[in-house]
Amino acid sequence: MAAQKPTRALPKPTPETEHFWEGTKARELRLQRCDECDHVYFPPRPFCPRCSSRTVSVFRASGKGTLASYVINERPHPAFEGPYSIALVDLEEGPRMMSNIVGCAQTPESLVLDMPLQVTFEVQNDEITLPMFEPVGANDA
Amino acid sequence: MRKQAVAIVGAAETTELGKIPRMSQLQLHADAALNTLTDAGLKVSDIDGVATAGESPTGVAHYLGITPKWVDGTSVGGCSFMIHVRHAVAAIASGLCTTVLITHGESGRSQIGRGGFRSAAASLSGQFEAPYGPMGPSTLFTLPVLRYMKDYGLTHEQLAMVAVVQRQWAGLNPRASYRDPITVEDVLNSRMIAYPFHLLECCLVTDGGGALILTSAERAGDFPKPAVHIWGSGESVETPMISQMEDLCSSRAFAVAGPAAMADAGISHADVDHMMVYDAFAHLPIYGLADLGFCERGEAGAFIAEGHTAPGGRLPLNTNGGGLSYMHSGMYGMYALQESVRQLRHIAPAQVPDAEISLCLGVGGMFGASGCIVLGRQAKD
Repeated sequence: MAAQKPTRALPKPTPETEHFWEGTKARELRLQRCDECDHVYFPPRPFCPRCSSRTVSVFRASGKGTLASYVINERPHPAFEGPYSIALVDLEEGPRMMSNIVGCAQTPESLVLDMPLQVTFEVQNDEITLPMFEPVGANDA
Repeated sequence: MRKQAVAIVGAAETTELGKIPRMSQLQLHADAALNTLTDAGLKVSDIDGVATAGESPTGVAHYLGITPKWVDGTSVGGCSFMIHVRHAVAAIASGLCTTVLITHGESGRSQIGRGGFRSAAASLSGQFEAPYGPMGPSTLFTLPVLRYMKDYGLTHEQLAMVAVVQRQWAGLNPRASYRDPITVEDVLNSRMIAYPFHLLECCLVTDGGGALILTSAERAGDFPKPAVHIWGSGESVETPMISQMEDLCSSRAFAVAGPAAMADAGISHADVDHMMVYDAFAHLPIYGLADLGFCERGEAGAFIAEGHTAPGGRLPLNTNGGGLSYMHSGMYGMYALQESVRQLRHIAPAQVPDAEISLCLGVGGMFGASGCIVLGRQAKD
């Protein structure tokens, strides 16, 4: 039997974040918007971090963003092959999230700050699908 | 009404620093505490307040045999000890206790008797950061820097110069872990840890500890060593997730705690003779100088590279060699405070001539928290 590939540190959803992880399983990036003040925020919580209103809605985000910053980790990690990027992505709707940039070389030359990115989804197991980002046009060829 | 003044009357580190495999983490606290009691000429029974982080104040008080009337277990990372100083000043000034012992000990390298800290899978960082493969501070604390480089023109060479300058200080300090001079080329040729950070731009991992004793400044003359006076303090927290910083080019916690401490002390930038900025990585002094208004954001890298913080410069910074060259156990803030005390007692190995005012800025987590203390050689008027 082939050895199973070691997994990443996988998230354990809570009641407050379940909609996000249900969304990624459906290949949707879901954010929240305050019904009172229109603030869009992340990570999930059942109230607005700007005005404290509990009246908030979940919506499907565009999945578009830009590369805000990153590092390329050179130390070996059991779930990754070779150096890999850990990135901060500024989403079109405003919030910033951590992710990996996939679909391109993991080098400073290929990872250019402010480059446009598009969400993609990587299934980890039956429960968890992680959102990742790739350069816009990466799959057009 | 003027607040009752408080002073540091005892300060010491563990007998050894570096690699101490025969001591548990709790014993590192105790070794530092016992050295500090000796420094202050006090007995354990004189202590009625205990503050610590990493271990619980319950555990430290029981291990040392202290019956405290006041405890503080604020644990927000490496700047917890600055915040303990601030809280101790308030506690002593309001009569909750008279004599506070603040301890730190960490078996960062040998990992003897040390509890782990991994974010739980259900925490927000466990859900929204850990899956992407961060491997501790070298891959998290470092994340904002490429943005700083692009927006403010910080160069790889300027970042490397932070390590070069601090090694110059370390060369003057017999207790520093690394003392041999290094060049920008040495830094840029050292092993890449997490681009753009090379090994020599990351802190050491060592064992050690330190402790402080604070009491009313009215008693400052009753101790064997010169007291160092607390002139002002500030504290704040921002976020447990580096990805959620408000501004990748500024620490909000620095920007709250630093100016608060300076206003509390009633000082201006020109009054600061000596400065410590917690340097877990080479970019931290750059953020600290800008967030506290010592430099414009775009100028801090050049300010350090031009030698203004080096030996002989006008703003001596991280004069023990810092976390990059002196030591770094994990929660380094205690060692920054110890160096501020040494400088104001005029006993530092790399003594800044006539140092009267020291500003000590700590960070906790990955830009998650900050505590800032302004210390004076003389009592504040």
